[in-house]
Amino acid sequence: MAGQWSLSADARVLGIESSCDETAAAVVQADGRVCSNVVASQNEFHEHFGGVVPEIASRRHTEVITAVVANALANAEVQPADISLIAVTRGPGLIGSLVVGVAAAKAYALAWGLPMVGVNHVEAHLAAALLHAPSQPAPAAEIFPTLCLIVSGGHTDLLLRSGPGQSELLGCTRDDAAGEALDKAARLLGLGFPGGPALERAAERGSREAIVFPRPQLPPHEFSFAGLKSALAREVKERGVLGEDEVADLAAGFQEAVVQTLWNALERAAAEHRPQQIVVAGGVAANRRLREVLAQGCGGLGLRLAVPPPVFCTDNAAMVALAGAQAFESCGPDSMDFDVFSALP
Amino acid sequence: MLARALARHLRAGDVVALVGPLGAGKTCFASGLAEALGVEGRVASPSFVVARFHDGPTPLVHADAYRLSGAEDLLDAGLDDWLRVAVVAVEWADLAEEALPADRLTVALATDGGGRRIELTATGPRSLRALEALEHDSSGHRDLEPTS
Repeated sequence: MAGQWSLSADARVLGIESSCDETAAAVVQADGRVCSNVVASQNEFHEHFGGVVPEIASRRHTEVITAVVANALANAEVQPADISLIAVTRGPGLIGSLVVGVAAAKAYALAWGLPMVGVNHVEAHLAAALLHAPSQPAPAAEIFPTLCLIVSGGHTDLLLRSGPGQSELLGCTRDDAAGEALDKAARLLGLGFPGGPALERAAERGSREAIVFPRPQLPPHEFSFAGLKSALAREVKERGVLGEDEVADLAAGFQEAVVQTLWNALERAAAEHRPQQIVVAGGVAANRRLREVLAQGCGGLGLRLAVPPPVFCTDNAAMVALAGAQAFESCGPDSMDFDVFSALP
Repeated sequence: MLARALARHLRAGDVVALVGPLGAGKTCFASGLAEALGVEGRVASPSFVVARFHDGPTPLVHADAYRLSGAEDLLDAGLDDWLRVAVVAVEWADLAEEALPADRLTVALATDGGGRRIELTATGPRSLRALEALEHDSSGHRDLEPTS
């Protein structure tokens, strides 16, 4: 439907993301085709900057953001004149980091005479399911209502979407996020960093049934992983020095508890809300065991499942660009004086 | 309970340093502070996002040094700005001690059998004022808080 603010399918959107660790920029077409996707903590970019890893510091976002945007334009082989819209993450996240991206986006929008939209980071993760590389076919369009789960280091959010940009938060975590639980478990087991992928590798060598961890019983749609983390801490303490097989079994048992907890929540919410589709996104959506359980579960329920390719699961600006295109098409541009926000309401 | 009682005596600029092992109840304590301060937004562990700003009559910054590489990162994240406007509660404060004001209220949490042990330590006039006010209105309950 072509509204007042429609974009053509090949209109290019520049996305900017700086809500947490990554300084990222991307050029994406309104139809989800990714022309470029630059994340400043990627290795290729490190070399360019002598190995500087941009962390949470807004100073470091400031240092790299113009180069990241320039790289995104160069990799997409476009000029500023080829861009139709600028989209930027305005929250939730770390205020000092968010303001760097938003200030940059406003500056580019003013300098290039372009409209700009602020994007919710969580909504952006959902848009990631529609991103595709130029060589890949476009994923099927989202069918509503959609049941969505965002799982990452900072989020465990269950949402119901009745249309583009129309999300209702069904529930979230009371304490640790799912990705945070996996990361902290990896630390308890001495598995190194980044913890999520390290735990996943260890879990592949272990048995999912050898050590069964408790699944927290909570009101519908709520999550809690702090108790599970404490259970692992107690196991580790009681067992003393851990052998390699023991570590693998603990990792597998812990990962299974997290994965099944997530699936159980989706299954309950699906029974209640009868969605047409389930979308799972965020860094933890790259976990192979979770993808496997989701595919089996959705197959069993006859529900369509959309999970972005792993590269678009972790924080990136391509998802911000596409979510920005969607927001622009439904609500038009934001005014230049919009502000960032830190926590979810 | 203790967090809620303490919150009544906190002002912008006060620092609550939360220390204790994984699973000791640091986020839970911060959640109690947030509830009693009547601030906006959902409280959850800030380990990955580093800090969340919760606006309210007395705003709360709920920060976490777990993932930081040291004290400098906490300063870069905006600690000085937070102190001007908000109560600042920092989880894993022991990992970024040098960045924190010397005058702070340290809340050391530990799981202890079926209960939870909480030890409060003030290290300056500001934090001592809050601690004494808390002692004044809740003497006898400050050492042991049952897990709920």
